[in-house]
Amino acid sequence: MKLTLWTYEGPPHVGAMRVATGMKGLHYVLHAPQGDTYADLLFTMIERRNARPPVSYTTFQARDLGSDTASLFKQTCRDAYERFKPEAIIVGASCTAELIQDDPGGLAASMGLPVPVIALDLPSYQRKENFGADETFFQIVKALAKPMERSAQVSCNILGPTGLGFRHRDDVTEITGLLTQMGVAVNVVAPMGARPSDIARMGAAHFNVLLYPETAEAAARHCERVLGQPFTKTVPIGVGATRAYIAEVARLAGVSAKVDESRLRLPWWSASVDSTYLTGKRVYLFGDATHVMAAARMARDEVGFEVVGMGCYNREFARPLRALAKEFGLEALITEDYLEVEAAIAELHPELILGTQMERHIGKRLGIPCAVISAPVHVQDFPARYSPQMGFEGANVMFDTWVHPLVMGLEEHLLHMFREDFEFHDEAGASHHGGQHVARVETPEAPVEATAGTAADTAAPEAGAAPSGEIIWLSDAEKELRKIPFFVRGKAKRNTEKFAAEKGLTRISIETLYEAKAHYAR
Amino acid sequence: MTDLPPPPARGCREAPVLKERGQREVFCGLTGIIWLHRKMQDAFFLVVGSRTCAHLLQSAAGVMIFAEPRFGTAILEEKDLAGLADANAELDREVARLLERRPDIRQLFLVGSCPSEVIKLDLDRAAERLNVVHAPHVRVLSYTGAGTDTTFTQGEDSCLAAMVPTLPETTARELLLVGSLPDVVEDQALALLAALGIGPVRCLPARRAGEMPGVGPDTVFALVQPFLGETHGALVKRGARHVAAPFPFGEEGTTRWLRAIADEFGVSPETFEAATAAPRARARKAVAAHAEELRGKSIFFLPDSQLELPLARFLTRECGMTAVEVGTPYLHRDILGPDLDLLAEGPVISEGQDVDLQLDRVRAARPDLTVCGLGLANPLEAEGLATKWAIELVFSPVHFYEQAGDLAALFARPLTRRRILKLEAAE
Repeated sequence: MKLTLWTYEGPPHVGAMRVATGMKGLHYVLHAPQGDTYADLLFTMIERRNARPPVSYTTFQARDLGSDTASLFKQTCRDAYERFKPEAIIVGASCTAELIQDDPGGLAASMGLPVPVIALDLPSYQRKENFGADETFFQIVKALAKPMERSAQVSCNILGPTGLGFRHRDDVTEITGLLTQMGVAVNVVAPMGARPSDIARMGAAHFNVLLYPETAEAAARHCERVLGQPFTKTVPIGVGATRAYIAEVARLAGVSAKVDESRLRLPWWSASVDSTYLTGKRVYLFGDATHVMAAARMARDEVGFEVVGMGCYNREFARPLRALAKEFGLEALITEDYLEVEAAIAELHPELILGTQMERHIGKRLGIPCAVISAPVHVQDFPARYSPQMGFEGANVMFDTWVHPLVMGLEEHLLHMFREDFEFHDEAGASHHGGQHVARVETPEAPVEATAGTAADTAAPEAGAAPSGEIIWLSDAEKELRKIPFFVRGKAKRNTEKFAAEKGLTRISIETLYEAKAHYAR
Repeated sequence: MTDLPPPPARGCREAPVLKERGQREVFCGLTGIIWLHRKMQDAFFLVVGSRTCAHLLQSAAGVMIFAEPRFGTAILEEKDLAGLADANAELDREVARLLERRPDIRQLFLVGSCPSEVIKLDLDRAAERLNVVHAPHVRVLSYTGAGTDTTFTQGEDSCLAAMVPTLPETTARELLLVGSLPDVVEDQALALLAALGIGPVRCLPARRAGEMPGVGPDTVFALVQPFLGETHGALVKRGARHVAAPFPFGEEGTTRWLRAIADEFGVSPETFEAATAAPRARARKAVAAHAEELRGKSIFFLPDSQLELPLARFLTRECGMTAVEVGTPYLHRDILGPDLDLLAEGPVISEGQDVDLQLDRVRAARPDLTVCGLGLANPLEAEGLATKWAIELVFSPVHFYEQAGDLAALFARPLTRRRILKLEAAE
């Protein structure tokens, strides 16, 4: 038993729903109690889908448990087939139905339905959403895709995009465009947009592009084994990764790796002087392993940030993430407990978090800006505009997204230059963000902490290493601290207190403040 | 200002009910935790369930709540399913850790779920066991929010019913308001009752553990929510008496609800008039502002919160709408009798659900507005049917006079929006 307040992943049958909802002409008959239909709203509300997910639930109740839930399941299967006439059906159980052991696969197989019935065995008490999606897609491919003659033109399948995927819609468009430019035809994109009849012709492709290892690695490995299709190992997120991916595709397809890079703006945006202020900004990364690993390389190599910590919530990918973290001189945090992530962030006090919606909330509590790079998704992660993460446009999008939460370059310089100026004082916040302009309080007795600093320090008292309570800030030092711009003040305060604690000081003077600054200067 | 029509000659109390069994597109009772934990400020709700339960709470809450929430899920793992003895030991350990970390918690609800019910994990006994350890600082109670036993708002009923036997005995003649309301609305109700000279008035649930009301043979109770059938039964068992009335939605509902209580407490007509005239006029005016958008429009309720029948009564009588079908997960005829009397015969009254068949009826009727759950709203909008999310009716302050206009506005907004959006080519 484990106490969970917020979760990064849903149960495995939600992963199966993401596959079914991404596809067309497939229906999922789910043995599940009343109430499990809540999962529909993930797709209709968060993703704004204009149709119900293709899922029929048995929605059994206590009175059914006393009689015959197996015949209820068969009735639901029959009704679903009659009403929706799918090309194939997947059947399975949610966590409660797993306990009553009705064997949906066996029941459905015995019904003689005129379409393929694929049974899913998703262990709800051991595994989670990504596993559910990966396993479901694998079972569908295993059941329907058979070896066949290759297409005349060199072609590939794109594997991994699902319903409710983080920017999957736009990633597919971007990557399809790249492949087309290279002269590689796209045979099937799956699960998203594919029909069971499309899965059946996957064997015609020469190789597979694995976009999302979390949801399609098992299927890609199966295709490699059974259909003789190699698959790409590079996930094209970031400039370097996209170029490596292009080289990999060129090798697999036997085509030229020359592509049009004229729309790629990140390198110049990063090199131009306004971006100088990004240098060495301390970032913390958390999310699914694939997005975190790609973002870590981008953050270090393409934006010039300093990565101070990274982690993921999907244990299946802990090994490669740990290896990458080691390469960065860090230890990866592998956890599903957001309180552990919060503690790690509070401890490191980065200047920017690249995380999930969960870390966005953590950042808000701690007063640290955050950009979202990974699922779990939120309605915000389905923007109306084109907004991929992959390919060259993806790199452009990510540059903008990461820089947006920060104070703009020139503005940061101005804040440093005119620290105590009536307009450029730091309580005003970044000028391109919402919120009313706050006039500077002119009284010398102003509260010690600015809003950002206060939030950071009161929200996580237990996580901090600095024993603020035992150390006294002398009033001159306090005033001097206030002159430091808000986006670095938290760090300055913590460093100074840590420095004081190490030196055994109980009072912090201006001297201490600047000694600490010199001590920590790199 | 026009007066409301007289009660219909034939209401829906004796109307035939279409009963359906099939796929139900409703939340389970765990969802109630989202508003119950806001209401009871020193309570923690610990669901003993699966990852699905945790995911439901997170998804239904919509936005994640900033602070560390006062609800959570003890997720059952493989080893808990293997042996109940171990599961109980694990539960005790998790509770101890939780209470140690959250000394502000004074009430702990162990909430049963589908998996805990199926494996027959006895949470009543667990609560007794934990009470021995953690009382008096923390009181531990249990109830079920399992989807196998409860839909959506029934979770609150199940929770309050579990509290009733633990309430102290009293011989005082007191009015008890039953059902959780947002604090601001509860305060308005208490002010209205005070103006009628009725008091003391107690509330179930109380905002804090130390303020829980007593109950006894001289307790008179009024329900503020229509889904409290089990709680109603538990209070009657304790000797309390129910004041039957329409539910306090809209000006008419609020007035009739207050009148029933006023009659019980012998309030004079003059006092009643003096206390209610001004807010009644305000409520009518506020409703009228939105009723223009609603008048003559048809409405179809899919079963969701059990508020459907009183709301249909409000919308047909005070806003001039026509009800096509009023679906409810369960029909408590006793509790809803006064509302059914006021709802003119005509609409199909349905209980239970077969969602595909019901959606066929929606498509055939093409109502101007369909009240449904979040899973169905966008698909229906995409078919050109305006919708109102049922969940908002439960989460928003909609009771009593001062919210009557807001309640009408919730239904008018989707229609207004459709009218003002111009998405064709600009002229």
